[in-house]
Amino acid sequence: MSVKLVFLGKLADIAGEAVRDMSAPLNWERLLAHLGEDLASEIASDRVRIALDGELLADKAQLVAQDGSEVALLPPVSGG
Amino acid sequence: MLDAPFNPGALVGPFTSAHPGLGGVCSFVGEVRGGDGVEALELLHYEPMTLPGIEQLAAQAAERFDLMGLLMVHRTGVMQPGEPIVLVSACAEHRRGAIDAVDFCMDHLKAESWFWKREKRMDGWHWIEPRDSDHADLARWA
Repeated sequence: MSVKLVFLGKLADIAGEAVRDMSAPLNWERLLAHLGEDLASEIASDRVRIALDGELLADKAQLVAQDGSEVALLPPVSGG
Repeated sequence: MLDAPFNPGALVGPFTSAHPGLGGVCSFVGEVRGGDGVEALELLHYEPMTLPGIEQLAAQAAERFDLMGLLMVHRTGVMQPGEPIVLVSACAEHRRGAIDAVDFCMDHLKAESWFWKREKRMDGWHWIEPRDSDHADLARWA
């Protein structure tokens, strides 16, 4: 069982895929360590938000994703 | 949310008819801009958050303006120049509510909704960064 990581926008290009499974539980430190330097520095920036199961986290460092959860990495929007 | 081309006119007609007694209807259609070497535009979204976000925006608009009805339609996927991306239509007893609601919804869709846009040019795909003016537009409603 696992946590589903979803890369949105240009983060998917940098990651080379839109979705990736990681083992649970997943916290902020483990996420950064897993992602490698380029992605980790993008995701640590204030411009990137994180949502856990569709809800934005006020503080990314508080991330704790359990088995079956979905973690979305959301770069700045450019919509409409 | 639609992932295939749509005809805004075909939606505005029935929407207007569904609100007998209205005093005014205001509609905005955003299309893929031609020129600048843009061959196609792709709009991506995050399904678990994009639609709930737009529903929340509709609720805010309904509370803030005196409306009889509000319609928002948004494309995702790959589009060609000239194709509609977004339709916002509002009807009300008095014009001001309808016009302001459409303006309000568009500014929020541009700056706050969960969409990511990239353009295809001769040399490939390019992600579009947010523009400062989008946030300035949003600040008008604070």
